[in-house]
Amino acid sequence: MFEHFDATLLARIQFAFTVSFHIIFPAFSIGLASYLAVLEGLYLWTKKPVYLELFDFWKTIFALAFGMGVVSGIVMSYQFGTNWSVFSDKAGPVIGPLMGYEVLSAFFLEAGFLGVMLFGRKRVGPGLHFFATLMVAFGTLMSATWILSVNSWMQTPAGFAMNDKGQFVPTDWWAVIFNPSFPYRFTHMVLAAYLTTALVVGAVGAWHLLRRTAPLRAGTMFSMAMGMIAVVAPIQIFAGDMHGLNTLEHQPAKVMAMEGHFESHPDGAPLILFGLPDQDNQRIDYAVQIPKLSSLILKHDLNAPLNGLDTVARDKQPPVAVVFWSFRVMIALGFAMLGLGLFSLYCRFRGTLYQSQSLHRFALVMGPAGFVAVLAGWITTEVGRQPYTVYGHLLTADSISPISAPAVGASLLAFVIVYFLVFGAGTFYILRLMGRLPRDPEPHLGQGPIRSAGITPAPALAENHAKHGGAHHGA
Amino acid sequence: MELDLPFIWAAIIAFAVLAYVVLDGFDLGVGILFPFFPEKHDRDVMMNSVAPVWDGNETWLVLGGGGLLAVFPLAYATILPALYAPLIAMLLALIFRGVAFEYRWRTKRAEWLWNLAFAGGSTVAAFTQGVALGALVQGIPVANRAYSGGWWDWLTPFSIMTGFALLIGYALLGATWLVMRTTGELAERARWFSFVTAFGTVAAMGIVSLWTPYLKPEYLDRWFLYPGALFTVIVPLLVGGCLYGIITGLQHNKDTRPFLCALGLFVLAYIGIGISFYPYIVPTSVTIWDAAAPNESLSFLLVGAAVLVPAILIYTSYAYWVFRGKIDPEEGYH
Ligand code: HDD
Ligand code: HEM
Ligand code: HEM
Repeated sequence: MFEHFDATLLARIQFAFTVSFHIIFPAFSIGLASYLAVLEGLYLWTKKPVYLELFDFWKTIFALAFGMGVVSGIVMSYQFGTNWSVFSDKAGPVIGPLMGYEVLSAFFLEAGFLGVMLFGRKRVGPGLHFFATLMVAFGTLMSATWILSVNSWMQTPAGFAMNDKGQFVPTDWWAVIFNPSFPYRFTHMVLAAYLTTALVVGAVGAWHLLRRTAPLRAGTMFSMAMGMIAVVAPIQIFAGDMHGLNTLEHQPAKVMAMEGHFESHPDGAPLILFGLPDQDNQRIDYAVQIPKLSSLILKHDLNAPLNGLDTVARDKQPPVAVVFWSFRVMIALGFAMLGLGLFSLYCRFRGTLYQSQSLHRFALVMGPAGFVAVLAGWITTEVGRQPYTVYGHLLTADSISPISAPAVGASLLAFVIVYFLVFGAGTFYILRLMGRLPRDPEPHLGQGPIRSAGITPAPALAENHAKHGGAHHGA
Repeated sequence: MELDLPFIWAAIIAFAVLAYVVLDGFDLGVGILFPFFPEKHDRDVMMNSVAPVWDGNETWLVLGGGGLLAVFPLAYATILPALYAPLIAMLLALIFRGVAFEYRWRTKRAEWLWNLAFAGGSTVAAFTQGVALGALVQGIPVANRAYSGGWWDWLTPFSIMTGFALLIGYALLGATWLVMRTTGELAERARWFSFVTAFGTVAAMGIVSLWTPYLKPEYLDRWFLYPGALFTVIVPLLVGGCLYGIITGLQHNKDTRPFLCALGLFVLAYIGIGISFYPYIVPTSVTIWDAAAPNESLSFLLVGAAVLVPAILIYTSYAYWVFRGKIDPEEGYH
């Protein structure tokens, strides 16, 4: 059934599909792991039970998200070989050891201490348990470091030579790891993960504040999340700008596509806000633009000349429309996050942080925004790198395994079905857990645990879990 | 003297794969036995017995794959396309059984579904790993640094046989693990399964061992000429010893011994496979020296491995130590 398709295209779709699913979970679990460490630290320090309750609440959600991250990640690490074997053979000597370090220094650390963190509180005591939580959080950051180093090397390769077998051979590991785009990409991605998590935590807090289920716990997490967003969103915009300048230096064609600049502008390029890229005719239709602003942003000079895609051979241009739009989605969401942060500051100083329904609704709507921005950002980055896998050195078309379209097509179909089924169910369970924050204990009501009316017994289970500190698997 | 880096790395990768096989082997085995324990309570205990460690166990698989990419990129680039279908099936199966660990506790209505995912995923993963192993032993043709065979080459009576062999072997690891970690009726049933699968495993090992030497002339020489022949003579004795250990352990309620002896069986089988393979990494096309990455890559990662692998072994043992002993079914790891 897939005979008429191009195996390379199918393999690209398969990679994009599986990695896009994968990144959703790290983006959340990197941030959530750090948040859990903060909560547990605050609990040990202040001994306020609310932090422990929040810890247990988010821990269960973390376990689910992390599990999904693990299984989707294993697929990734084998996909390089199944679908991109020529790339693996050629680039393996450089990127392989980095991924090897990722496994050794990050995955084992996370996995080894995850069991203790999830199930071991009673067995190891609070100090060691906190240590395990810290190790899990540290592990997620380590894995981000290594994988982003790999990805950045593919974007801005450095520190290598070629051997007679056509392989990339490392000559300077320092230059490989700290390749030109790595520091920017790392900063930007980690901030993205923190923002994504803060948005989710904020939305869950807002939901419970709106429904008034558990004002104390919901208020605490809402306040923490809003504070985080107010601080991180502006930093992220700044980091993104730096990242863009770095890209302009090393991958100018990508920036041309992001900006929609088909033509060169010798004296000041306009900032195209919107328009319809038409790559066949190499122009933007219906462009809405602000004169000279692009030169100001990218070169800090209104009249600085900027080259356009007319300086890039047609077959070396990335697909403009995808890059152009995904970039705008990310930027728009970035500013929306900034708006949320500022609004929350305003409410905080007016003392209406826990009352303002419009703030709570805004935060609720922004819950998924981090994930969308992360995906849009990665699509910008990866599609903008086309037609290369290793920028400037190895074409995507030359990276593919000698596989036939039916084999890739069939496995792609299987991945699509399984991912939607499995991760759809997981998302449903996560949302249900998020919706069931147990009520705050209110002494004057004098009641024990409330089995809040649930249609299925699961909510009661979840409630039990959160109640017996550290509970996880109902016995 | 120059260090023979490819050789050292071959040993490390071999160790990672063995660690994977025995560690994930027992938790996959628990999943394979799931259908035979219909009681919900038993199933809860079985799952809880592996829940804190399965992720760490599976990480050895990532090290095997990632390590291969790093140090033997040519092997990675030829073996994986050659085993395309079984590997994709294995990955999908591992997804199902991996998420089941969490999902199963999140629902009553669909609990049956995630029981099925856990058992089915474990079974399919075990079987496809066995098939992949068999296909590798059969040999993989390589031309111009690429896999040059067909899409169904992996599917032969031999690879089906190795698929079943590994399935039974993992079930043995799982059953003896349960004997070690559980009590009461559950442990009694596990004891019975240990008996059956112990004999099954040894029988399967016998068939595969008799079959392998006739797949390729290289293997025949290897097994019946010195020094391989030495091993050929000793191995049946050692296998017998392990089987004896399992049986007596089961009979005399020495609950740890069967598990350790089952591990012994796996180590022996593994050494046997290693003898057939050496010096190839892609039998019988690519040797470990042909496939090796440049020395810069090998030495860079070796520095890290020399420090980190021992550290991993230490804290992994610690994690096992935290959850040692018989599981208290009431406690359920809270
Ligand atoms: C910025 C972060 C990031 C990015 C871009 C990626 N990952 Fe990832 N990955 C993580 C951050 C992460 C993580 C947060 O560290 C995870 C989530 C769950 C976990 O175990 O670690 C993870 C899990 C994870 C696992 C499972 C580890 C385990 O068994 O514990 C594998 C094999 C990979 N990843 C491999 C990849 C590959 C091959 C990628 C590139 C295509 C990739 N990841 C992109
Ligand atoms: C995690 C978030 C990521 C997302 C959402 C993402 C997204 C994408 C997309 C959309 C494509 C298709 C591009 C196209 O064909 O036009 C792609 C391709 C690819 N990406 Fe990524 N990517 C991510 C991370 C990575 C990382 C970390 C690596 C390397 C370690 C990587 C390596 C590749 C490779 C090898 C391809 C296939 C060849 C190609 O089409 O360029 N990606 N990715
Ligand atoms: C308005 C603010 C933002 C600006 C100016 C900006 C800028 C950029 C640029 C220029 C790139 C492309 C990098 C490349 O070419 O390789 C990028 C990528 C990316 N962005 Fe943003 N960004 C912003 C907001 C965000 C937000 C809010 C998030 C997520 C919460 C985010 C997540 C990402 C991710 C994950 C990538 C891909 C990974 C990477 O290359 O770092 N960005 N961003």
